[in-house]
Amino acid sequence: MPESKGRFGIHGGQYIPETLMNAVIELEGAYNNYKNDPGFNAELNTLLNEYAGRPSRLYYARKMTEDLGGAKIYLKREDLNHTGAHKINNVLGQALLARKIGKTRLIAETGAGQHGVAAATAAALMDMECVVFMGEEDTKRQALNVYKMRLLGAEVIPVKTGTATLKDAVSEAMREWTTRIGDTHYCLGSVMGPHPFPTIVRDFQSVISKEIRQQIMEKEGRLPDAVIACVGGGSNAIGSFYHFIGDKSVRLIGCEAAGQGADTFETAATINTGKLGIFHGMKSYFCQNEYGQIAPVYSISAGLDYPGVGPEHAYLHDIGRAEYVPVTDDEAVDAFEYLSRTEGIIPAIEAAHALAYAIKIASEMDKDKIIVITVSGRGDKDCAAIARYRGENVSE
Amino acid sequence: MSRIADVFKNGKAFIPFVTCGDPDLETTGKIVSAMAENGADLIELGIPFSDPIAEGPIIQEANMRALSGGVTTDEIFDFVRRIRKKVSIPMAFMTYSNIVFSYGPEKFIAACSRTGIGGLILADLPYEEKDEFEPLCKKYGIDLISLIAPTSENRIAVIAKEASGFVYIVSSLGVTGVRSEINADIGAMVKLVREYTDVPCAVGFGISSPEQAKKMAGLADGVIVGSAIVKLVAKYGRDSAPYVGEYVRNIKENIR
Repeated sequence: MPESKGRFGIHGGQYIPETLMNAVIELEGAYNNYKNDPGFNAELNTLLNEYAGRPSRLYYARKMTEDLGGAKIYLKREDLNHTGAHKINNVLGQALLARKIGKTRLIAETGAGQHGVAAATAAALMDMECVVFMGEEDTKRQALNVYKMRLLGAEVIPVKTGTATLKDAVSEAMREWTTRIGDTHYCLGSVMGPHPFPTIVRDFQSVISKEIRQQIMEKEGRLPDAVIACVGGGSNAIGSFYHFIGDKSVRLIGCEAAGQGADTFETAATINTGKLGIFHGMKSYFCQNEYGQIAPVYSISAGLDYPGVGPEHAYLHDIGRAEYVPVTDDEAVDAFEYLSRTEGIIPAIEAAHALAYAIKIASEMDKDKIIVITVSGRGDKDCAAIARYRGENVSE
Repeated sequence: MSRIADVFKNGKAFIPFVTCGDPDLETTGKIVSAMAENGADLIELGIPFSDPIAEGPIIQEANMRALSGGVTTDEIFDFVRRIRKKVSIPMAFMTYSNIVFSYGPEKFIAACSRTGIGGLILADLPYEEKDEFEPLCKKYGIDLISLIAPTSENRIAVIAKEASGFVYIVSSLGVTGVRSEINADIGAMVKLVREYTDVPCAVGFGISSPEQAKKMAGLADGVIVGSAIVKLVAKYGRDSAPYVGEYVRNIKENIR
């Protein structure tokens, strides 16, 4: 009898071509073998600490707190990691795992380019070959990251099919994996795709909430009242939520990219506007038309511009444990500018979605409440695009 | 035994593929008739999907052409109902899980049964997930086709034991497309399948020339050709039916 694996409630599973099944089974076996291996974990921790710069800071945003006049605001500074985003946490784990099972080549998809840069970085460090698939549209929006990946020795393949954005990059990476499995590991960048990826990526990203918990206990002696993170596929969000899921007093809030608005077609707010479906290896919520054709989604943020959401988020939504709220382009851009001006921190436009929602609710909360916002990445990569959004022509 | 298994009773079967609605359903209708008249044994009708992850560029483009023409699942069922009045040839759908899931699995599979679709091939539904649709397929007498790939190895036994209709042997690693060489040991895969089931084996992915078809037919019970036909449709568009017919006849003659 067949047994479906990797379920989060009704979500998850392994909806992939037969050609890939033994590859994901091999990966699952390897992961189960190494995840509790002291040697593997020691090696990974050394990399995270010495190379990626962990633990990342939990910074008390005093000026923002005073300005908003409500809840006390802490920022989890994933932007300070090596390569400038949370993506490195997952990539170091997966690259190390891939090397242990004899793979010499990493392939990856990327939207904003942050995961691609992280994958290229890990590949350079671990002497692996690296090929990154990136929607052609995104290679234009994030030209600097394309250059960085090449500088790091990776090959960047612009994907021209479909909408030429993140979903097409994922499809193309999956196609490439079916072509070459023997020496190649598909280093998926988010908590999505077929089992075991949603679990592996969550585990590698859960270092974020593990640290937040410890750091907030040291600073405040208690748990926060809310943890807020942006959600595309949802890896920094699940990483920020994971060690708080059992603590019902902690509100978990995921901020989806609403683009021009969750009531328009120009949106990527999957949980708010999508419906249950099966795509990219998983059952979850997807933006799609009535016949199941995946919708072309839109967000100013290339990293959140994805029509699906990780299955564990879909489950946390179903059971009401986490809230998922839409944040528009305009709101995110305002927050991008606000944090830069107020705290001297330029956040990634993805993270600006989480900041925007925090700005909305913080002032309505009492002063003895505590909010933690994960700043998933830094915003250097977005400066030119935001300038253009504001009508200024800045060349990179 | 289902109608699909009957397909393999009179020698080697030829199974051509076409994407519904590429470039429009009227053309697909002409192509299906031409296939039936020229010796096809079973026709694989593709329902286009926006993001077909198992397809190479040729069939991806066919999907895009069909979808930009606006074809929908409802229109495809109507089309099958109409074409059924002209051709009696067995037909199977080839598509992706979300097409069936979003339509409503029971509504979709019941409609297959009503319109005379005998089989369902879902490129992204491996053995582990077949419970998603298989109980309904059994209820309505539709064969949910199992796929076996060159990487399946130890999985072949469990998959073959529960196969129905035919076993779709994926000839090569990678996605669909036209290949100059097929390197996987198809003979060994078929032999292994036959240890566990009497269900016939058809080989697909990468086959285009009559020589390849002949060779593959020698190793299995049938041959599936997709991309080579879709290429003709891309080239000749609304006038492609006679070219497809000629191609089908040529392949069928070579595998007899």
